[in-house]
Amino acid sequence: MGIQGWTWITVGVTFAAYLYIGYRSRVTSTRGFYVAGQGVPAIANGAATAADWMSAASFISMAGLISFMGYDGSIYLMGWTGGYVLLALLLAPFLRKFGKFTVPDFVAERYYSKTARVVAAIAAIFVSFTYVAGQMGGVGVAFSRFLGVEFEIGVLIGMVIVAFFAVLGGMKGITYTQVAQYCVLIFAYTIPAIAIAFVLTGNPVPQLAIADILPKLDGLQRDLGLDPYSSPFANMDMLNVFCVTLCLMVGTAGLPHVIVRFYTVKSVRDARWSAFWALFFIAILYTTAPAVAMFAKYYILNQYNELGAGIEGVSWVKNWAATGLVTFPEGGPATVQDLLGGINRDIIVLATPEIAGLSSFVVALVAAGGLAAALSTASGLLLVISSALAHDIYGSIINPKASDRKRLLVGRWMIIVAVLLAGLLGIFPLGFVAEVVAFAFGLAAASFFPIIVLGIFWKRANKYGAISGMSLGLAFTFVMIVLMRAQSVLGLEEPIIESFFGINAQGIGVVGMLLNFAVTIGVSLATTPPPVEVQEMVERIRYPA
Amino acid sequence: MATSPFDRQAYWRGQLRRILLLLAVWAVVGFGMGIFGVEALNAFSLGGMPFGFWMAQQGSIFVFVLLIMIYAVTSDRADRAAGLGEREKGG
Repeated sequence: MGIQGWTWITVGVTFAAYLYIGYRSRVTSTRGFYVAGQGVPAIANGAATAADWMSAASFISMAGLISFMGYDGSIYLMGWTGGYVLLALLLAPFLRKFGKFTVPDFVAERYYSKTARVVAAIAAIFVSFTYVAGQMGGVGVAFSRFLGVEFEIGVLIGMVIVAFFAVLGGMKGITYTQVAQYCVLIFAYTIPAIAIAFVLTGNPVPQLAIADILPKLDGLQRDLGLDPYSSPFANMDMLNVFCVTLCLMVGTAGLPHVIVRFYTVKSVRDARWSAFWALFFIAILYTTAPAVAMFAKYYILNQYNELGAGIEGVSWVKNWAATGLVTFPEGGPATVQDLLGGINRDIIVLATPEIAGLSSFVVALVAAGGLAAALSTASGLLLVISSALAHDIYGSIINPKASDRKRLLVGRWMIIVAVLLAGLLGIFPLGFVAEVVAFAFGLAAASFFPIIVLGIFWKRANKYGAISGMSLGLAFTFVMIVLMRAQSVLGLEEPIIESFFGINAQGIGVVGMLLNFAVTIGVSLATTPPPVEVQEMVERIRYPA
Repeated sequence: MATSPFDRQAYWRGQLRRILLLLAVWAVVGFGMGIFGVEALNAFSLGGMPFGFWMAQQGSIFVFVLLIMIYAVTSDRADRAAGLGEREKGG
């Protein structure tokens, strides 16, 4: 059976599992719908967080990015893992003790302000929407590439599946399907990695096999006239590597869909342990990815070294050229630049099974894994959007007297609305959506992270400080991104400014974050302290019981 | 379960100390070794790989996981010592 046949099977089986789990996890209260009844075990929550965190981009594109960046790819490896240390130490246990439903809940109560709630809800909706549109688009692409299904139909199928388990089960359904999705994606990712490690070095452990490959890869790149793979700052200077890494880390700890995951566990202790499990599960993929990156790059460069332009006749090249992911000039790649320029980075993960001589079944597994990654992230994001609309804006401001049943109904409807809009954005992407996904981290770093951390650790932080800090951090970062990426956002020829004191658009969130901290602290000190009840609340959340 | 003010102060100070220490290691390993010191560390070889590069792409991640584990374990111990062991909240 070919790839398509197997893919129908792997996708069919996994999707059926998600629907079943969603059905079994159906809920009948807002506590079940928003925080899974606060009953999720720490390990399960860790796996769910890991799946929620690892999107289609992590799964399919990250190894490719690292492969082409070499050392500089560390910005993604450290950036997207280091933030969990911040979450575990600075946020998770305290938010769990606080124990409500959403991030704007915390902001509203800590900063005793409806305005703060609204600002936080809008920021959460904005960041989550742009992020989720990218996931739905990823689902469409996966369907069209692996199953030959039209892109729009693929998006539609994804929407229906997610809507089903999210509407029925809310956070509970989402969490348990995410656990299943983690199992699928980690299986699908590590099998090809182990196989290619074994084929190339005889060692099946990717993290160990790299010791064999890296020196050869460095040498090969040098021979072909490129910088060695492991050379630092080949394409990105130290300042930007630092800023982007820090921005991604802090942004991680500021993303609403990650933060809310810590509301769903049974206790403060479980919140800390679930952060451990989350990073443990994430690390399995994140330490495998650079290995896959090196193996695939080594294999491809080596093949080019031997065959030159003749590489265009090799079977994996021909297969993927048919899908448009490999595009060489007439007569094959004449130079190594032609070679690297003609390969879509996603090839690194997609072609690895074939390169390692694995059967079509494994390729089909990779397809199911990529879809698992996209759907798990999408569902987490959709819940944040729904909760911001139904719980924060409707339930807390518009109609605070609404019954639990009514709130639940509104919550379910908001999921449907969000799914529809996300699907539409996935099918008709606004040019800047892709940009904002990458910069969602900068926006989260500049808006949420500082005021939540200060809210927990500094009793003096007050509502004027937080609102000013959040607004200014957000505005500054947003404006900077628009100016520096004017080509995609505004359709201009060139960016309006190149960088901010040498810092590029990916790292500018660090400056926004510092601005937020400074303004929040300054304005808080210059205005009246928070009321005693709020200070007591801060005191209360610092202790597990 | 009420805790006396004395317990609270000591407990919170212990928490802060733990957090700051772990964050210091996080910063030194991630940024110090992985970024600022990477070129210097590359002079050393780990099984044939430049050490700085390996820290940035693999070692730092292992350390991060370890840091969270240490935090969870030591916090558990501190909780028990302060008599703050939690009862399971209902459902």
